[in-house]
Amino acid sequence: MNKTILKIKNQPNLIIGGIITAVVIFMAIAAPLLAPYHPVDDADLMVSEEPPGSTYLMGTDEQGRDILSRVIYGSRISLSIGIVTQVMNTIIGIILGLSAGYFGKWWDDLVMGLTNIMLSIPSMIFALAIMALIGPGLINVFFALGITNWSYTCRITRSQVLFTRSLDYVKAAKALGYGDIRIMFTQILPNILGPILVIGTLGVASAILLEASLSFLGLGTQPPTPSWGGMLATARNQMFTAPWISIFPGLAIFITVLGLNLFGDGLRDILDPHSVGKIK
Amino acid sequence: MTLYVVKRLLQFIPTIFCISLMMFVILNVLPGDATTMSGGMKRQLDAKTAENMKKQLGLDKPLHIRYLHYIKGLVKGDLGKSYLRSESVNDLIAQRLKPTIQVSLAALLIAVGFGIPLGFVSALKQGTWMDTLSMVGAVSGVSIPQFWLGLILMYVFSLLLGWLPPQGYGGGSLVNLIMPAFTLGVGYMALIARTTRAAVIEVLSEDYIRTARSKGLSEWIVNRRHVFGNTMILILTTVGLQFGSLVGQTVIIEKLFSWPGIGSLLVDSIFQRDIPVTQGCVLVIIGVFLIVNLVIDLMYVIIDPRIQYK
Repeated sequence: MNKTILKIKNQPNLIIGGIITAVVIFMAIAAPLLAPYHPVDDADLMVSEEPPGSTYLMGTDEQGRDILSRVIYGSRISLSIGIVTQVMNTIIGIILGLSAGYFGKWWDDLVMGLTNIMLSIPSMIFALAIMALIGPGLINVFFALGITNWSYTCRITRSQVLFTRSLDYVKAAKALGYGDIRIMFTQILPNILGPILVIGTLGVASAILLEASLSFLGLGTQPPTPSWGGMLATARNQMFTAPWISIFPGLAIFITVLGLNLFGDGLRDILDPHSVGKIK
Repeated sequence: MTLYVVKRLLQFIPTIFCISLMMFVILNVLPGDATTMSGGMKRQLDAKTAENMKKQLGLDKPLHIRYLHYIKGLVKGDLGKSYLRSESVNDLIAQRLKPTIQVSLAALLIAVGFGIPLGFVSALKQGTWMDTLSMVGAVSGVSIPQFWLGLILMYVFSLLLGWLPPQGYGGGSLVNLIMPAFTLGVGYMALIARTTRAAVIEVLSEDYIRTARSKGLSEWIVNRRHVFGNTMILILTTVGLQFGSLVGQTVIIEKLFSWPGIGSLLVDSIFQRDIPVTQGCVLVIIGVFLIVNLVIDLMYVIIDPRIQYK
């Protein structure tokens, strides 16, 4: 235990990233308590495009809504998209990777073929194509991003299964008469949670960036929902007259993603300095 | 070697086929086609005109016939005809290809040109303030939303300083290229810097480096002759793998800077539901990405004589 604490102490990445992430999560949960105004309803055209000041700390947007409140509420959208879609990706990746590595044969070929195809498509293009197919909107963003980024998880799960499958404890479990599913989930999976966690953390960061990009193009979350990318999309036209409308949501994305990336890097260094580093 | 290239090229076929099938089916099954939507707006046509238009575009035939027709064209390198414009998809893409190649190559150049030296310095001066600074810079570069960075750059360099035009192609002149290329290259540069640093640190701990040093070679020669070559292969892998995300990002950068490339054509076609153009752009982008990866794999052979493809 002491060793772990020491390890964590030596990881400024992990600590800084962890603090940033915790603050953002707190902001998302406590949004109604923290935000001085309502992000959508408190629109007042009399105070539109007010620069940052004492009443509006981050200024107001073109409809006179408080940007600080919108940024605070926006953390809910970004975080939930990041986390939910990454959980979806992880589940898809684990199920496909486990079963492919465990059962092998044609199923393995099929899954690996699919994984390679996914890896050969830039994730931005894939997500964009899916959004083009199903149309913009929050729920659709969840779907599109939830099936975009599972290939890394799938690959590493499969390779770990191939490795652990021949180890003694798995053979022992088989000899004890455990079923396939039970072996996969109770014997093999717990041993690969570390790398999956690391990929997951970094995946949340990239999902948040992807959502922001899609919303920026107008294909993601639609106004008036306060999403950071969406706020930037509408603010773009006022960049030269009211730059603060763009600066703060962008800063929020930047800091959140930075926190998650630092946290993921630190986690990687602690959990497994070698294997994960080579895969990502 | 030739056999290997042919094999790899053949492997492209199922990928392209799967993607084209998936996109074709879903795009065409969805409600709303060129007769009901145009330029992002709902379009009201009387029944007869709509009927004629459908016939003209071949939309009156069943789906599988249309797909067969599409695949037949694809084999010949024909991506079909735009629903909205009179040009063929091939022509539309051909016009847009040059700006996209320009901006991606410029970004690549910036990323490699700054990323590799930065990573090297960082690794050789491990633990110093230079190392910390460049690695903080690198993790920030990976985390920054590029379109936001682009907006900030526009504000600073176009509005405040007035040095660069805020957007537009400007006939491909250098002043127009700088901002989009830099914005696109930053994240990539950061990734390359991080990989380079990790690779150099790994190589520095190898036995042959110790041998080289104990032979009395100067640090400069050790670095140039032994470290550089051996790290290149690790760096190249990142350059190749991440080139895809660069290509993906061009979509956003082009839209942001009103750059007339394939990315902005793709986004416009999505909003206009100009299905053949959307399909064509996605296929071309993926095709380019596949070819780039193949080229990178072939470059391994040149860099590392131990690698041979059969």
